[in-house]
Amino acid sequence: MSNPTTLFEKVWADHVVVQETADIPAVLYIDLHIIHEVTTPQAFSVLRANGLRVRRPDLTLATLDHSTPTTPVTTFKDLLVAGEGAANQVRQMEQNCEEFGLDLLGYGSGKRGIVHVIGPELGATQPGKTIVCGDSHSSTHGAFGALAFGIGTTEVGHVLATQCLLQRKPKTLAVNVDGTLPAGVTAKDVILAVIGKIGVDGGTGHVIEYHGDAVTALSMEERMTICNMSIEGGARAGMIAPDDTTIDYLQGRPRSPQGSDWDTAVARWRSLRTDDGARFDKSVSLNASELTPMVTFGTNPGMVVGINEPVPNSDDASFRKALDYMQVESGKPMTEATVDVVFVGSCTNGRLSDIEEAARVLEGRKVAAGVRMLVVPGSEQVKADAEARGLDKIIEAAGAEWREAGCSMCIGMNGDIAQPGQLSVSTSNRNFEGRQGVGARTVLASPATAAASAIAGRIADPRNYS
Amino acid sequence: MKPVRSIQSKTVVLPTRDIDTDQIIAARFLTTTSKEGLGKNVFYDLRYNKDGSEKSDFILNKPDAKGCGILVAGNNFGCGSSREHAPWALLDYGFEAVISTEIADIFRSNSLKNGLLAISVDEQTHGWLLENPGVDVTIDLESTSISLAGDRTVEFGIDGFSRHCLLEGIDQLGFLSQQLDTIENFEETRSWKP
Repeated sequence: MSNPTTLFEKVWADHVVVQETADIPAVLYIDLHIIHEVTTPQAFSVLRANGLRVRRPDLTLATLDHSTPTTPVTTFKDLLVAGEGAANQVRQMEQNCEEFGLDLLGYGSGKRGIVHVIGPELGATQPGKTIVCGDSHSSTHGAFGALAFGIGTTEVGHVLATQCLLQRKPKTLAVNVDGTLPAGVTAKDVILAVIGKIGVDGGTGHVIEYHGDAVTALSMEERMTICNMSIEGGARAGMIAPDDTTIDYLQGRPRSPQGSDWDTAVARWRSLRTDDGARFDKSVSLNASELTPMVTFGTNPGMVVGINEPVPNSDDASFRKALDYMQVESGKPMTEATVDVVFVGSCTNGRLSDIEEAARVLEGRKVAAGVRMLVVPGSEQVKADAEARGLDKIIEAAGAEWREAGCSMCIGMNGDIAQPGQLSVSTSNRNFEGRQGVGARTVLASPATAAASAIAGRIADPRNYS
Repeated sequence: MKPVRSIQSKTVVLPTRDIDTDQIIAARFLTTTSKEGLGKNVFYDLRYNKDGSEKSDFILNKPDAKGCGILVAGNNFGCGSSREHAPWALLDYGFEAVISTEIADIFRSNSLKNGLLAISVDEQTHGWLLENPGVDVTIDLESTSISLAGDRTVEFGIDGFSRHCLLEGIDQLGFLSQQLDTIENFEETRSWKP
């Protein structure tokens, strides 16, 4: 009988091409490499300079998302909405894909979208795969029981040229969430609470495995929201063991295995779980039943409180600096803050169920005067699905903007930004200083909390808008 | 890559915790297709006012900071986005090393691949460095030790392979490419195909 092992250890072991030693890291095989326009141009330049080709175009998924405007694009001129640099980056990506023989899911494909939305949507993201992308939110794909993590541009070049990476085996952190989520409390609130508990560096050097009743009860889209923000706790990857929910989600998707290959794959996927008695290097537990909607009050995702709780106090200089930037006072709840901008979208919360969650709150109501609300689908497919359900009509009737797919106001490099001093309630993943525009103040929240705040004109508890 | 053996410089101290890569290089400066020229935008919103004038109270704008090649930063430096533009920008600005109690995983990996020595030291050493800005420090990669103002020496940890590549100026892509036969064999013999 072999030693009990964790889900992560099984997927890791299945991809080791050369074992690591004290002197040399492991050579780890990558099953799916997702690329976008912002973190690849310099990697393609390295390939070009060395006369190298993309070794496995069939394992490479290319799209455009970060520096694309969320207004309609039919000509190059339309790209200039995001600025000349951004437009050139998109054009460069199109040229690089052409030159290196890659199928780009770009304009006109109907499949363009945020890297971490389209991988799962196409069925390319599957249990047991190793998945990387030059984007730290690659951890999203771990929701399927894949080992997925963000890499830098040098490593993008390594994968393009060799389909492998040099990696040291990380440690493991178990995050157990038991209990039942109360009404109005979502996956976003769970992961914000987890980061609040472990801190923004609590997962550094570790891969997280999320388990417990409250995790297995979640849909795939909710699990993606959880795994997405693993990096905000410092962990490059977060994983959830595949189960019926995972398998049901993947069945019939364009890049899922077909026919007898499907049955073989499902049998393999079902073996991907942590054995009883397997050891984690660290573990933490949360009780879902005790959670409330969560909002951030500071300038990193670990600075988070329950929506009706007072903002904590500390004399620490970094803490005071964050509160000064946010113009937030200790001792008062965040519900006193006036809202200027609301953003629903991103790889964290830009999927169909997120748009539905916001639309449920918006239906029959109006966005408060003076508040700008953007709802941005995570992909062209999400946009089409939402429109087929009439969600765009509900969103527009409420006075919010329904836009084209992309990263939008999560990253502030595509024309969608908040203005200096504005307070933005955002379903994205980072409330860093200036993340959504120079001087913009970001409060992270769930789509329901964001929509409730848009209606109230101040940060609002979504449970009062059910 | 140019070999890195030892770095000798005065330090500049940025004590804030959790400095993310958005602070190091904001997303609006990532609309570039090259690695060069990012230094002018490093820590832009901390360095400059809205009108483009320098913020006189920011540490990098003080006369003493000019020419300092070693940045001493608060815990968890480089967290957040995986953008390799962060080490590119720090190197282009003139930094050769970053010292903290903890360096975020992806930032460290990116830095070491570009010759920016991102290293962690114990809390006591870190505390001393925070309290003594502008001291002369020598980081010796061969012996993995830091000489603090010439009067004492402490060790630092670094992955052995990264150290070897830095000392010899080895490009990791070249190293990986030498494994291509083994990689092909792995692809042919694995029990399932992606």
